[in-house]
Amino acid sequence: MSKRVNIWVLIAGFAVGVAAVLLTFLGNPANMGFCIACFLRDIAGATKLHSAAVVQYVRPEIIGLVLGSAILSMATGEFKARAGSSPAVRFLLGGFVMIGALVFLGCPLRMVIRMGGGDLNAFVGLAGFAIGILIGIFFLKKGFSLKRSYNVGVTEGLALPGVVTALLILVIAAPGLFAFSQSGPGSKTAPFYVALVIAMAVGALAQKSRLCMVGGMRDAVLFRDFNLLSGFGVIFVTVLLGNIILGNFHGFSAYLQPIAHASQLWNLLGMVIVGWGSVLLGGCPLRQLILAGEGNGDSAVTVFGMIVGAAFAHNFKLAGAAASLAEDGTYSAGGIGPNGKIAVAVILVVLAWISLLNLPRKKKVN
Amino acid sequence: MVDARGLSCPLPVVMVQKEVNKTAPDELEVLVDAKVCVENVTRFAASCGYAVTVEETDGEYKMILKK
Repeated sequence: MSKRVNIWVLIAGFAVGVAAVLLTFLGNPANMGFCIACFLRDIAGATKLHSAAVVQYVRPEIIGLVLGSAILSMATGEFKARAGSSPAVRFLLGGFVMIGALVFLGCPLRMVIRMGGGDLNAFVGLAGFAIGILIGIFFLKKGFSLKRSYNVGVTEGLALPGVVTALLILVIAAPGLFAFSQSGPGSKTAPFYVALVIAMAVGALAQKSRLCMVGGMRDAVLFRDFNLLSGFGVIFVTVLLGNIILGNFHGFSAYLQPIAHASQLWNLLGMVIVGWGSVLLGGCPLRQLILAGEGNGDSAVTVFGMIVGAAFAHNFKLAGAAASLAEDGTYSAGGIGPNGKIAVAVILVVLAWISLLNLPRKKKVN
Repeated sequence: MVDARGLSCPLPVVMVQKEVNKTAPDELEVLVDAKVCVENVTRFAASCGYAVTVEETDGEYKMILKK
């Protein structure tokens, strides 16, 4: 396939990388300047869908991404309300992708940001992500499809832009409605309006460029199309250089990385789920937010599934615990508990089941 | 003819790729209904040596791929 690269993909990748470094510099958690899974999880906490006190905040980055995509797509005439492609399965897949991401402790975007921060655990996640994508591609080649979507009423297309607008109004007008972390990652935040504006710009660029973390590897393998993969590479290089310039890069290591664990089997399997599930959905968590902003009701349902998945991940102790160093110097590699391990196994089985049941049926010949 | 209306990427490109690999047509008509699908199918078709023309009617796109 053509090796021509759309300049907008490079610009969007650069903007995401700069935004990640800048938002961390301005107060967001380390190696988490821009994590879709973490920030949806924080919103689930802020709206009291889960009660993990350290991860509760109405992240303006999510609001900004959706609104940036919605505003640009409306301005260019690309906004189109459509839905009806296996919405319940998409809701489940959204939940599974979120649980996989929280087992690893990050979505594909944070995986790249962690790699650029020198976190070797994220490279294990990358291997799992690639394996998941290859499994998904196997089923795509066999004819996997969640079936077609249809043109629908404009209210369907405005579902997620409407929800995030309501969230924005409520958090400004009545912040007392929400829970806010006093410690932990949820308490580390960039200035609200700065983060909102940066995210709106990134949302618009992601809409224009079709930037997608899973699409990069998928298209490179399926069609030898390296367009989206170039965005993936630019994010990594930009974050790496940004961290070096700001003095936040201390070499590559798997030891005691920020909000990360060194339980490598589960880093790998968590990202297998994310890669596989995202290929079945047609895009990574970032792309789902952008598509929902463009009026795609199926992606909006997927995002709602991700929020519920995040709540389940914390309510039922499925999410990973970060590596830590106790006051007496005892090191814990972190990882996931028995509930999380069972959930990963069950999700992998259900992903296989969904993949198989959505292959084309052979017609019986009488 | 490949009718990929309503399908999200990469399925339209997968369908075109299958048709091209199977029958190697000199001309192929492809129907899609999203601009991103037009862009992706065009990129794939160009890499296979096809020239592409696109007609839009009411948000649907008829693409003609010609060798």
